Amino acid sequence: MAKTDIGPPDYRQMLPPVVQRNYGRWRFHEIVRPGVLRHVSENGEELYTVRVGSPRLLDTDAIREICDLADRYCDGYLRFTSRHNIEFLVSDQSKLEPLLQELWKREWPVGGTGNSISNIVHTQGWIHCHTPATDASGIVKAVMDDLYDHFTHMDLPAKLRISMACCLNMCGAVHCSDIAILGIHRKPPYVDKELVSKICEIPTVVAACPTGAIRPNPKEKTVEINEERCMYCGNCYTMCPAIKIMNPETDGVAIFVGGKVSNARTAPMFSRLAIPFLPNNPPRWPEVVEAVHNIVQVWIDHAQKGERMGEWIERIGWERFFQLTGIPFTEKHIDDFIFSVPTFRSTTMFRW
Amino acid sequence: MANSKTPRLDELEKGRWPSFVKIMKRAAVKKPAAGDLLKQLELSYEEKVGHWKHGGIVGVRGYGGGVIGRYSDRPDRFPNVKEFHTFRVNQPSGWFYTSSALRQLCDIWDKYGSGLTNFHGATGDIILLGAPTENLQPCFDELSEHGFDLGGSGSDLRTPSACVGPARCEYACVDTLDLCHTITQEFQNELHRPMWPYKFKIKISGCPNDCVASIARSDLSVIGTWRDSIQVDPQAVAAYADQGLDIQGEICGKCPTRALSWHPERKELEIRREECVRCMHCINKMPKALRPGRERGATLLIGGKATMKESAFLGWVIVPFMKMEPPYTELLDLLRRIFNWWDERAKNRERIGELIYRLGMRAFLHDVGLPPVPQMVARPRANPYYYWRPEEVRSNG
Ligand code: SF4
Ligand code: SF4
Ligand code: SF4
Ligand code: SF4
Repeated sequence: MAKTDIGPPDYRQMLPPVVQRNYGRWRFHEIVRPGVLRHVSENGEELYTVRVGSPRLLDTDAIREICDLADRYCDGYLRFTSRHNIEFLVSDQSKLEPLLQELWKREWPVGGTGNSISNIVHTQGWIHCHTPATDASGIVKAVMDDLYDHFTHMDLPAKLRISMACCLNMCGAVHCSDIAILGIHRKPPYVDKELVSKICEIPTVVAACPTGAIRPNPKEKTVEINEERCMYCGNCYTMCPAIKIMNPETDGVAIFVGGKVSNARTAPMFSRLAIPFLPNNPPRWPEVVEAVHNIVQVWIDHAQKGERMGEWIERIGWERFFQLTGIPFTEKHIDDFIFSVPTFRSTTMFRW
Repeated sequence: MANSKTPRLDELEKGRWPSFVKIMKRAAVKKPAAGDLLKQLELSYEEKVGHWKHGGIVGVRGYGGGVIGRYSDRPDRFPNVKEFHTFRVNQPSGWFYTSSALRQLCDIWDKYGSGLTNFHGATGDIILLGAPTENLQPCFDELSEHGFDLGGSGSDLRTPSACVGPARCEYACVDTLDLCHTITQEFQNELHRPMWPYKFKIKISGCPNDCVASIARSDLSVIGTWRDSIQVDPQAVAAYADQGLDIQGEICGKCPTRALSWHPERKELEIRREECVRCMHCINKMPKALRPGRERGATLLIGGKATMKESAFLGWVIVPFMKMEPPYTELLDLLRRIFNWWDERAKNRERIGELIYRLGMRAFLHDVGLPPVPQMVARPRANPYYYWRPEEVRSNG
């Protein structure tokens, strides 16, 4: 029988010798060019990092290709970032240029450093999840094709972090991103009453609803949904497969903007609703690509140097954000969930 | 491509960003499961709806988590993805690998699975995407034989993750990799056997830049910080000025607390230590000249989570500063108290942030034994609705 509870491989065995020698002793770094970092340690040793975008979904051939490159140029050492980028760790400077050449030939994009867009953190979508309102990989591919030059060039006002989650479960934790792309439903779920009574635990289903829209129906051993209170989160479906939320006609995508997690300059902040709905339009979701492109472009045109999306919007005011982007402001933008009050304006100071 | 079986997905082979469709097609040449996955995905693109069944419990002996069951709802058309389960494999701290370790994984996965993976999943695990039920145990056996173990899933401790930290970042104030590895090893039982009300995530960032988004994405967020003054190299400051950096505008002007003054005549940067809130901005912009202070440790925040179900929370400070040195006894003890407090009180699927909101921060701090300090709040309450413990109240005093 296999050994259990051994835990992950010890990271110490995975560190390149230059890192082992300089662990905790790095002095400074600089971005040599987009996608290439140079770290210098206290004793003057150097480590070059080459950051490469990946589609996150990799087959074993792609991983072996990456391993071959690491063997040839990095003595077999590499790492990944939390945003699905690959980082080649080059300790021999003479191998840097040949590695970049080879990545160029193989069409692996090098970038994602400094004032650029990094890879889009995303989820499974139609490839491998049971609750998606949209696909993830397809939208990510289409958006990154469009924003590609902002990955390979550091030409943005500040860094740009886009995330994508295909349903409100938000495995991708998109709620603090400069731009969040979120799959949403728009119709109350359909309750297969007979099936509910057979396979679902009624109290769990009732408790799952954030807005208290679900009532038990003890007589028929099922539940009923108050459609006026439902806001289509799909949490009841997570608890009970007999409550169907997916709807190919009406599901789609929402865009939230202005979140960040870093503490630099300003406190971390949530992304907030910009566009309540865009249609699901596979295979390339042109409406979503266009909407993201527009928001990024307006930010480029108006932000000060160094201003993250949310910092820019907070400075100019959300009313100006809607004006500049041409995005219509609707009743959906006004919060009516449990922590709504602090989002209302309680001052006479605002802009026209 | 008139007779392509996947005309919609073919559109996603175009464009400059690496194409997941090309990757799936290549995998499909070797593995019928990858081929059926591609065809099922094409159907989803056509119908705009997913084709995976809801849930399904599968696993390996001795564990309650780490494998996600997945079944196609069209096994008639896509028999090779009838069962297409996922392994979460616990990544090494900081996502560092040798090519030989990765090749080892590839060999195992080619033998038992679809050949498709995610590097990495949202929580940080290596995701091995798609194996039939009968292959799960032998695949796990072989993973274990080669030094890999599974990550968390369901109502358990999820796989902790950490930023690159001291391995390559001069900003790291704590040894994120060692701490992440230590916590993961310490709580193997909690990681592998779901027995809690819901999931619990831990993420560790070496400094307030928070590269692993711990404040937003983890129930317990550990963020490296310091208590003394930023270290300044005056010559390097002057060098930045000589190179044309607008220190007044880009550095001092963006400091959130106006803790910095620039004296151009002397080329001197003055830092008022008591005003600095350690946001990292000036250090990020002048890494050759400024470094975090010497008295280092971490701030702990609790309750971070995404929206479902009671709204998204950013973590709340519960320990402004804790020294972080091996064997990390103080942190591990606190974690055990937090786990117990939550486990005993939470409703089914109630995250710790939601529980604290329901029962009150006051109760949480008291029960786990953390003293209230002003660093925990942005501002004190504005209402007079507060409680007195009976022992606190004496007449006229
Ligand atoms: S965000 Fe929702 S649909 Fe997407 S992978 Fe997570 S649970 Fe599945
Ligand atoms: S979809 Fe969400 S809001 Fe609507 S009934 Fe289900 S749990 Fe409640
Ligand atoms: S969180 Fe801080 S220490 Fe960690 S990698 Fe990011 S900048 Fe470096
Ligand atoms: S770290 Fe932030 S708060 Fe402190 S001096 Fe620098 S910019 Fe100001």
